[in-house]
Amino acid sequence: MSRKISMKTAINEALDLEMRRDPTVILMGEDIVGGTGAPGEDDAWGGVLGVTKGLFAKHGDRLLDTPLSESAYIGAAIGAAACGMRPVAELMFMDFMGVCFDQIFNQAAKFRYMFGGKAETPVVIRGMVGAGFRAAAQHSQMLTPLFTHIPGLKVVCPSNAYDAKGLLIQSIRDNDPVIFCEHKNLYGHETEVPAESYAIPFGEANVLRDGDHVTIVSYGLTVHRAMEAADALARDKVEAEVIDLRTLSPIDWDTIIDSVERTGRLVVVDEAHPRCNLATDISAFVAQNAFGALKAGIQMVTPPHTPVPFSPSLEDLYIPSAEAVAAAVRRTLAPSPRSTLAA
Amino acid sequence: MTNTPYPLDKADLLQAYRTMRTIREFEERLHIDFAKGDIPGFVHLYAGEEACATGIMMHLNDNDRIASTHRGHGHCIAKGVDVHEMMAEIYGRSTGACRGKGGSMHIADLSKGMMGANGILGAGAPLICGAALAAKFRGDGGVGITFVGDGASNQGTFLESMNLAAVWNLPVIFVVENNGYAESTAMEWAVSCDSYIDRATGFGLPGVTVDGTDFFAVYEAAGEIVKRAREGGGPALLECNMVRFYGHFEGDAQTYRAKGEVENLRANRDCIKLLAQRLTETGTVAPAELEAIDREVNALIEDAVRCAKAAPPPVAADLLKDVYVAY
Repeated sequence: MSRKISMKTAINEALDLEMRRDPTVILMGEDIVGGTGAPGEDDAWGGVLGVTKGLFAKHGDRLLDTPLSESAYIGAAIGAAACGMRPVAELMFMDFMGVCFDQIFNQAAKFRYMFGGKAETPVVIRGMVGAGFRAAAQHSQMLTPLFTHIPGLKVVCPSNAYDAKGLLIQSIRDNDPVIFCEHKNLYGHETEVPAESYAIPFGEANVLRDGDHVTIVSYGLTVHRAMEAADALARDKVEAEVIDLRTLSPIDWDTIIDSVERTGRLVVVDEAHPRCNLATDISAFVAQNAFGALKAGIQMVTPPHTPVPFSPSLEDLYIPSAEAVAAAVRRTLAPSPRSTLAA
Repeated sequence: MTNTPYPLDKADLLQAYRTMRTIREFEERLHIDFAKGDIPGFVHLYAGEEACATGIMMHLNDNDRIASTHRGHGHCIAKGVDVHEMMAEIYGRSTGACRGKGGSMHIADLSKGMMGANGILGAGAPLICGAALAAKFRGDGGVGITFVGDGASNQGTFLESMNLAAVWNLPVIFVVENNGYAESTAMEWAVSCDSYIDRATGFGLPGVTVDGTDFFAVYEAAGEIVKRAREGGGPALLECNMVRFYGHFEGDAQTYRAKGEVENLRANRDCIKLLAQRLTETGTVAPAELEAIDREVNALIEDAVRCAKAAPPPVAADLLKDVYVAY
């Protein structure tokens, strides 16, 4: 049975289904239950934006509210994972990674390699990413490139409710540490989602739209900007192929290369800061492996190299727009390489 | 030795002596071989601190987890990690505990409950909270022990973890191995409080300070708090005041230490000498029995070094192996 639900509900459903299936799945995080120890209602919040709401009633003590100590509880999730549990730790905003990153990139990511293949750390760290929420510089970043950089971590960033459910179920079942990035501006976005359980394998991009003239690669919220741009371009008889990466590590190089070899043009849209991000990574890979197929310079659409601003008028400028994506596509269609530089 | 709630029979005492001698011989041998240039990378020696690891670990089984430090060889040996595999690891061989990919600072054996030496100071404290949480969910009575030096006792992770363990009532023991030096910096200067008991109290944990060179003092104190944790009594802190015979790492000229300091410690506060003295003076053990253990330990370490040197290094394909379970 399929029905239209939001990405927030889909994530809640994935957590519920996996907790029912596997008793070693536990959840922890700040206010994921809410009101613990306080005189008012139990299960008061279900997470700061209500993603885990209702799970305490179903699973009780397997949801653990934590003190406000990201290093301690993210580390505890990792330690429990190394000892046979499958914890899903919520790091409310991924921006808070700064205070617990050691546990993730020096501990969880390295155990298996550093211990000669003798450790498994099946932990999921999920949290909010992305701009557009008027949440300013410390609650709005798309830090996906930082995680993608680290061998030993897997990085997931769904663009819709269907993918979020299947990818989160896969993340929980996966035997490696997974950073699960939820774009806060997609929580309310609804798609058709089956009620039953299903897993989407990692490293398989989703081709959302077929096209022969240009390949647009993106992930997360900007997938929707890419689709809007593709619709606008279609009115001018430009057919864009839109690829939603879904997972950034592992990444589906084959789908990207196959598409570029057919279209000869590549635009990468990334909400992360422009230096050393997914856009630069993918551009470099394509330049190295499919240079002969390129008919035009690769275009990258990213925010500027600034922190995320607060004022709505500035934040709207910061986030890559559908217009910016369409303009980038048009630069790849311009007659000479020189004109792409001038644009 | 019978007027204790944790009685030790002769076999236990000989085992304690054997463990401490094994750690000492392992470290003394590394000291020599490192100076010869045989060993790659960083090595931090536990010599002088053996009573602490041994006195605590004798209360643990393979179900109990420990998170160690950069100075982890003693914890490994006392927790039952194979000495041959440890030596091979330190030599970077494929037969090592981590197949040559971890080295001295990352020796681990999860089958023995040894969750790894750790190159990041204080990082073991959150991890052991997770191990203890897992034990609590399983209800298997397992406890978690995290070790920090006086240096890492100032890390936020250590302090946060004491609070978390108290809030979640986890079976965790926070062991501060206070050897007086954070690398080269004096504990008296770098630690703001007079006693670690004060820090424990601040987080609602009971704390005990013992002479870490006295095997019996460590053993008894650890027995009490391990039992308490196992029975659901929650976390506690154990401070062991101990001595470091070598530098922070091998190659450290230790110019920051007082003249004659180490010689004095070796003469008067050597935990192995103190244990041997007590065992022989009380007539519990004949000197010849200890000498026999010494010979066996020497032969074991000699063989471990011989095997490590003869073992093959990892092959090129190992470079890419075991980054992920599946990718």
